[in-house]
Amino acid sequence: MRRVSFGFSLCITRKEKKMKILKKSKGLDQWVQALPYILPSLILISLFVIYPLLKNIKISFFNYDILQNKTLDFIGFKNYKTLFNSNEFFISLRNSIIYTFFTVLGQLFFGLLLANLINNARKNQTFFKVVTYLPVVTSWVVISLLFRNIFSAGKSGLVNYFLLSIHLIPNPISWLQNVGTANFVLCLFGIWKGVGWTMLIYFAALQGISKTLYEAAVIDGASSVQRFYKITLPLVKNTTLYLLTVLTIGSFGAYIHVMMITKGGPMGQTRELMNMVYDTAFISWNFSYASAQAVIMGLIIFLLSFVQRKITREMEN
Amino acid sequence: MKQKKLTEAFGYLGLVLFSIVAVIPFLYMFSTSMLESSFVIPYPPKLFPTRINFDNYILAWNGNHFGRYFANSLIVVTLSTTFIMIISCLSAYGFSRLKFPGRDLLFGLFLFSMMIPSVTNITPIFTIMKSLKLIDSYFGLTLLYTGISIASNTYFLRNFFLLFPHELEEAMTIDGGTKWTCFVHLLLPLSKPALATFGILTFANNWEEFLYALIFIKTESKRTLPIAIKLFEGQFVSNWSLIFAASLIAVVPILIIYITFQKYLIKGGSLDGTIK
Repeated sequence: MRRVSFGFSLCITRKEKKMKILKKSKGLDQWVQALPYILPSLILISLFVIYPLLKNIKISFFNYDILQNKTLDFIGFKNYKTLFNSNEFFISLRNSIIYTFFTVLGQLFFGLLLANLINNARKNQTFFKVVTYLPVVTSWVVISLLFRNIFSAGKSGLVNYFLLSIHLIPNPISWLQNVGTANFVLCLFGIWKGVGWTMLIYFAALQGISKTLYEAAVIDGASSVQRFYKITLPLVKNTTLYLLTVLTIGSFGAYIHVMMITKGGPMGQTRELMNMVYDTAFISWNFSYASAQAVIMGLIIFLLSFVQRKITREMEN
Repeated sequence: MKQKKLTEAFGYLGLVLFSIVAVIPFLYMFSTSMLESSFVIPYPPKLFPTRINFDNYILAWNGNHFGRYFANSLIVVTLSTTFIMIISCLSAYGFSRLKFPGRDLLFGLFLFSMMIPSVTNITPIFTIMKSLKLIDSYFGLTLLYTGISIASNTYFLRNFFLLFPHELEEAMTIDGGTKWTCFVHLLLPLSKPALATFGILTFANNWEEFLYALIFIKTESKRTLPIAIKLFEGQFVSNWSLIFAASLIAVVPILIIYITFQKYLIKGGSLDGTIK
């Protein structure tokens, strides 16, 4: 009796072992199959993203010599303390949040609207797509210069000239010399430059929606508004989620527009987070402090994207 | 019927409004580039050119080795767009259609890496490029462009690959196809709209990339176009006519690419008829 039960249990452990080995080799097989596809990207990401990221965190805790590429003495949280006690950090953070909030919402709203209009238009689709995409293909440097020119103070700036000639304003506005209007111009720039891009992505997504769905809805008597809310919006949800993440990250990391349009002025009041990091690194040459700023900035963006994903997941359930 | 016509009319009205807002600054840029030379902003501002005069364009093309920089940009951008597309398609396929242990964890790492703007890591990136002897080489710049954009590109393409029903692949596998044939002969042709979109965006992004090109290309004759435009700005501080002429030249290749490939966005794209 004893022997039998012993043999039985042995049999089970053997079977389990065999299963485990099988499972392991199955996982290994899958890896072997997947590796050719993902290996190149894994190598490049580790080299140019992950490793620099870790190195950056390390630098933020040390005094750093850029010429010798050497971390000197350990200084702990000194950089972080300086950062959280500085006014410039909170001003930049505020500006980044304002810019991100308005440009992301604006781009999503107008981009989807535009993609829908183009998708529904029976003629001249190509024309409208090319024209509204013009701002996207023109470089940040050029468009920023253009905006600085258009919104220049005095009466010869294009916007002031237009507003004066239709008597909407009594005197020319100094757009870039006040914090409020300057931030307004920066947000306008972000939306104007980006709408074509969101349009293109949304348009590609709309192309993927089967026409039969709409035809069926029309037969059932759904209005165009209903069709939009019941068919289009749910089916472009993945695209919206993708855009939300990418646009948020992009807006937080943007810096050229501030550099070229307002130059951070007046008195550094319109600088955004990335401008702060950039100035610290490439104007003050304080790479250790810049690394700490970059780490905090990365953390903020990470938390933001995380919360966004959490909220959209909750909404699904 | 009447209501349908009305909706359509409103649609076109909206499109025309969008187009006007998009185009006016360019019109202004174009007519300013036609002026002789404007060191101050002209008053009243001109939306339409008063004369046709391409002197500034000739001046811009011949100044600062603009033509050579233009060719350099074409080389770098074609190279990196090709590279980025191949590698991103491969990894998007791996992360969407293949199963292997730790896949979601690894993809989470990709997403995480997306969240830190690469410019903030510029110091360590510089030291890596230096130790790999990739400074001053187009190949190095291409690798860097690929590395920093791969996470978001994989994410973008994966979203499209996930849309295809599994039955398509199963049918192909039953017919004796391997993963590779599924990828090349099924998924890629079906994703043409996504690939066209992706190609255009990648090309445009790299065409205007400024900071890395400035830092990692040292030899003057190897530099790219955005740097040339920036040089114009430095040299002719407020000669808006010349700056705008140079900028408009730089837009042309993107426009050609965009107009050529945008037709693929309309064709195909729906899965109508592939599965019932």
